Amino acid sequence: MSMPFYVAPEQVMKDRADYARKGIARGRALVAVRYVDGIAVLAENPSNTLRKISEIYDRIAFAGVGKYNEFDQLRVAGVRAADLKGFQYSRDDVDARSLANQYAQILGQVFTHEMKPLEVEILVAEVGVDGPGDQLFHILYDGTVMDEHRFSVLGGDAEAITARLAELELEDVELGAAMRAAAAALTGPDRSLTAGDFEGAVLSRSNGRRCFRRLDDAEVGALLAG
Amino acid sequence: MPFFTPGDDPGSNFPELLRRVGLGPDASDLAGPVSAPHATTCVALRYADGVVMAGDRRATSGNLISHRGMEKVVQADKHSGVAIAGAAGPSMEMIKLFALQLEHYEKVEGAPLSLEGKANQLSMMVRSNLPAAMQGLVVVPLFAGYDLRRRVGRLWNYDVTGGRYEELDYVATGSGSLHAGTVIKVAHRPGMSRDQAIDLACTSLWEAADADSATGGPDALRGIYPVVATITADGWQRLDDAELATRYEAIAAEVRSR
Repeated sequence: MSMPFYVAPEQVMKDRADYARKGIARGRALVAVRYVDGIAVLAENPSNTLRKISEIYDRIAFAGVGKYNEFDQLRVAGVRAADLKGFQYSRDDVDARSLANQYAQILGQVFTHEMKPLEVEILVAEVGVDGPGDQLFHILYDGTVMDEHRFSVLGGDAEAITARLAELELEDVELGAAMRAAAAALTGPDRSLTAGDFEGAVLSRSNGRRCFRRLDDAEVGALLAG
Repeated sequence: MPFFTPGDDPGSNFPELLRRVGLGPDASDLAGPVSAPHATTCVALRYADGVVMAGDRRATSGNLISHRGMEKVVQADKHSGVAIAGAAGPSMEMIKLFALQLEHYEKVEGAPLSLEGKANQLSMMVRSNLPAAMQGLVVVPLFAGYDLRRRVGRLWNYDVTGGRYEELDYVATGSGSLHAGTVIKVAHRPGMSRDQAIDLACTSLWEAADADSATGGPDALRGIYPVVATITADGWQRLDDAELATRYEAIAAEVRSR
C-alpha cells in the first residue's frame, strides 16, 4: 500500500498562493480611482467584448482580473445575490460590504478546500450618495479583503502601478484627470498604449438610479486626450 | 451567494432563480373568488418618433374608490414601459418582477433583451398568473417600447392566458378601454407629432373617465393627473404634472365651448 508523502500545511498554502499569484500576474492590470462625481475604473483589456468591469447593482460595480471564466462566474453570482436581496427586501439594502464579505467567504473556502485556488483578484466598488460614502473593497485569491480609500490596483505588476499612483495628487480630481492618472500608471514609462487597449467604466453619482456607465473607446480616447 | 453547476444554471432567468432559492410564488390551491382593488384604463399609441403610453390613476373596490394616485403605467427599462389593468396587487407585483427581470438579464448577459424578447417574457408572466386569474385576480397588461433594431415604436396587447398580440397603431385595456379606444381610433393618423399624440392620449382618458365610473379623470383639486409618458430612441420620458395640467385645461376649455 502506498502512503502519501507528508506535506506541511504551511507548504500546501504557500504552493497554492504561489500558483494563484502566478496565474494573476500573467493577466493585465486594472485600476479604480475615486473622482469628484464617483469612481472611475480603467482596465488594460485588448478585448472589446469580454469585459473585466461590469455592473452589479444600482450603486455597485464589479471588476476582476486573472482567469476570465472564474471571475465571470463570481460576477454573475454577485448580480444574483444583489438582485435577490433587492427583491426580497429593498433596493436600499443592497450594499458592497455585504457582497464583499460573501465573495471573501467563497474565495477563502475555495482556497483552503479545493484542489486549485481561484486565480482571480476582484474589486467591489460602491459609489456613495456623497464623496465620503465611496467604498472600494479589494479581495484577493485567498479571501483577504482590503478596504481601500483613494484608489485600488489589481492584477499583474500591481506594486509598480501602486507606486506610480501613490505619487500623484488624487484628491477631488475631475473624471478626465482620474482617467489620465490611471492610464499613465497602467502604461508605465516603457510602453505606450492607446484608447483601444483600455476598457473604461464609471460609477457616477449623477447618472440616475443606475450609476454604472460603460465608456466606449471614443469616450475613453477623449478623456485620455484631455 | 447562489452558485450553480454548469448544467444546472438558471442563466439570466430571474423568476427561475427565485424559484430555485425558494422565493418563488406559492403554488396556490385556494378555491373561490378573491376580491381585490381593480385598476383600469390604459392606452398606448404610436406616433412619428415612438410611442405614447397613458393610464388613469384610479383603483376601485366594487363601487368604492380605493386609491386615487395609483401608477399603472410604469417604466420597465430604458426603452420600454408596461401599463396594467386588472387586480392591483398581482399587477404591481408583476410589473416589479418584469422590470427586475429585464434589468437582471441585461446585467447577466451584458446586453439588453430585444423588444420582441421583452414582450415574450411578459407573455410568460401573464400566463403563469392564470391560476390566480381563475380566482378573479386577472392581470391584463399592455407593453410598448422603442425597437432599437428596427427603429420604430411597437405596441403589444395581451389576454388573460398570456396571448400576445402586436398592434399597429394603438391599443387600450381596462374597463374604460371601449371609450378610450374609440376616441383614439377615430382621430389616430400615422406619423402624428408628439404634441398631437399626447393630446389624443389625454383626450381618450378624459372621455373614458366621462363614461366609465371606474376610470378617474384629471383631479385638479388634488393635483392628480394621469401618468403619460413617451418612449423614443432617447428612452422613456414621463410628462410632469404642470404640463399635463395645461393640456387638461385646454381640453376642458374645448369641452366648455362646445
